[in-house]
Amino acid sequence: MNPFGGLDLPLVWAGIIAFAVLAYVILDGFDLGCGILFLAERTDAARGVIVASIVPVWDGNETWLVLGGGGLLAVFPLAYAIILPALYPAVIGMLLSLVFRGVAFEFRFRAATRPGRRLWDAAFCIGSGCAAFCQGVTLGGLVQGIKVSGRAYAGGPWDWLTPFSLTCGAALVVGYALLGATWLIWRTDGDLRARCRVHATRLGVATLAFVVVVSLWTPFLSPTYAARWFGWPGLAMTSPVPVLVALLALRFRTALRGDGDLSPFVCSLGVFTLCFAGLGISLFPMAVPPSLTVWQVAAPPESQAFLLVGAAVLLPMVLAYTCCSYWVFRGKVVGEHVH
Amino acid sequence: MHGFDAFHLARAQFAFTIMFHIVFPALSIGLASYLAVLEGIWLATGKQIYLDLFRHWLRPFALVFGMGVVSGIAMSYQFGTNWSVFSDKAGAVIGPLMGYEILSSFFLEAGFLGIMLFGMQKVGPKLHFIATCTVAAGTLMSAFWILAVNSWMQTPDGYAVTDAGRFVPVSWLHIIFNPSFYVRFPHMVLASYLSAAFVVGAAGARRLLVDSSDVAARTMFSMAMWMAVVVAPLQIAMGDIHGLNTLRHQPAKVAAMEGLFETTRGAPLALFGLPDMKTGRLGMAVEIPHLSSVILRHSWNGEVRGLNSFPTADRPNAAVVFWSFRVMVGLGMSMFLLGGASLWLRFRGRLYASRYFLRAAVLMGPSGLVALLAGWVTTEAGRQPWTVYGLLRTTQSLSPVTAPAVAASLIAFVVVYLVVFSAGVAFLLRLLGGPVKSGAAAAGHGHSRAAIEGVVP
Repeated sequence: MNPFGGLDLPLVWAGIIAFAVLAYVILDGFDLGCGILFLAERTDAARGVIVASIVPVWDGNETWLVLGGGGLLAVFPLAYAIILPALYPAVIGMLLSLVFRGVAFEFRFRAATRPGRRLWDAAFCIGSGCAAFCQGVTLGGLVQGIKVSGRAYAGGPWDWLTPFSLTCGAALVVGYALLGATWLIWRTDGDLRARCRVHATRLGVATLAFVVVVSLWTPFLSPTYAARWFGWPGLAMTSPVPVLVALLALRFRTALRGDGDLSPFVCSLGVFTLCFAGLGISLFPMAVPPSLTVWQVAAPPESQAFLLVGAAVLLPMVLAYTCCSYWVFRGKVVGEHVH
Repeated sequence: MHGFDAFHLARAQFAFTIMFHIVFPALSIGLASYLAVLEGIWLATGKQIYLDLFRHWLRPFALVFGMGVVSGIAMSYQFGTNWSVFSDKAGAVIGPLMGYEILSSFFLEAGFLGIMLFGMQKVGPKLHFIATCTVAAGTLMSAFWILAVNSWMQTPDGYAVTDAGRFVPVSWLHIIFNPSFYVRFPHMVLASYLSAAFVVGAAGARRLLVDSSDVAARTMFSMAMWMAVVVAPLQIAMGDIHGLNTLRHQPAKVAAMEGLFETTRGAPLALFGLPDMKTGRLGMAVEIPHLSSVILRHSWNGEVRGLNSFPTADRPNAAVVFWSFRVMVGLGMSMFLLGGASLWLRFRGRLYASRYFLRAAVLMGPSGLVALLAGWVTTEAGRQPWTVYGLLRTTQSLSPVTAPAVAASLIAFVVVYLVVFSAGVAFLLRLLGGPVKSGAAAAGHGHSRAAIEGVVP
């Protein structure tokens, strides 16, 4: 029943899910980041411009999160069944935060009074920030390992809550804010852009600091990670990562000094991608660290093959029309978002 | 304490979140197709009124769609957080179906929604129309996949069971096109169209009560009433077919729906009654003799199995299912009658002038949605005690999460949803109550003064 012959389906799907999560982090990263920065702007006009830059694309961006989660159910159901109960409050927190963030786009327009609009502006900002924080905590909770017994989560309701996971939460808030600031540098003009350049400088430093802290902390969570990052031959693969991050940081600084338009955003994306790669290096081949590999949590080949056939056709199409959609709304945002 | 253990709390949470959620996609399905029709008629005839109506309904659609998205993400993760054993056992079968829903529908809707809402000036009318149609197609595809999932849970087919009790796919064709998919999918699509039609009708009627010469209100009211005339009878027929299908595959559910406890030949139809699960009796019954057998068995003395003939542990709660079914059917009949009345008034030339009728239409605004919810309660509460019918019990499907954790999340969902979606409904009602802006005024209202004009990079 497997039309893909000798192809290692779990491996292929691990790559696709990883890609979906990276796509989510990058795409929803900058629009959550715009939300995090939202209340720093005091005028309706500036806030309107920020919303205008993301309102045509935010839903598509968020759909990658549904692909990450729903895709997990589809092709790695055991991982889905273990990870989500293990990180229960963080996941629920994220879902509820995303409710506020999502409805705020429309609700802030529909509000009849100024205080009403400000309320939904606050919901937009706080919802974005909490969603980012919960996602970071979820990530940290995954990396630090999940207790498994048989085919179920075997830990307590608070195992996920550790200094490490909280630090990851804060790191993601700062990182997304950086993505948001650099996105706005690219897509806006004038005073708002000038303020975002200031934000980006500070956030760049903060993000780099968090990257260093989390990167140095991770290997100490487990001997497996330590062996990959500090031991030989793991070091041969892992050492380029911090080097590349450092190079991107320097490029970022140059770009901001020289009034680069797109480069700060690209550098930030680059740092996120490298961190993601570093995460992959630490975790692979574990789907549920420390005990379950991608092969152990995979759905049967009939399921993985069935979805892969469609994904092979549909994913490139999704990427194509997503690019088209971004291209339609290209250019600097002029004027605030009006209905 | 019964009712406050993790199991009951998780069930309450799922029921609460999904009942809020389903209203929005149903309206989205109906409104998206309606918008495509409006835009299509405008492109074909050039009549400004249809563009005005399109612009008017675009904003409620955006509001409803957004609420559907955020409440929907909560559903896709809730299978894992609260029903992880079900996800592990049935994931190999239902997971890929939901994967297809995401890849083929959610991305499609999301990808073209931006253009549909904000891109008219940027891409021109013809490409814009394609975007609108694509979003509408996406909503219908979404219904296809999710009904495939739900139908499989109700009438599983095309699977095998491993030694460990996990469901694995054997034939995808039989999994998707399982014995009840053919009835559930059309029934849901028609329900979505009816829901939207009655919302549009109520908005039009309300406007007509203020100004019965308002052309835009007349147009949308007329379109809504035609939908009622055509779709309500179709839906009743579909419901009958669905009932027969359910009798074949889920007889315990039908017994609960009918409030029939004892297996009976020539079973009566109970219009009202109080099903008592403890004593196994229908109290205070108001019955029409033989009618249940006639409807279900097409025979005066046909035998209908009673709830008491099933093992106690396999009986769904008739007290819930009996009444939710009657609410749905009652509303369905009311919708049919309203459609019939609209036809009669139309031939008399009084469709826009009869104040009693217009008031009735306003009151019937939420009827499609309430019927939808009642129908889903019937089919899902009637599915109990199974998550996969006859194979996996709901009690065997729960995640290893503690009662305090679920209690906390349930409270959080209730508070957030009540606050957020009440605000949303309030905004929606305000949008629906406003007049349809015409021509140049409408253009300023949305698109030509748009934020997203962009400067050539």
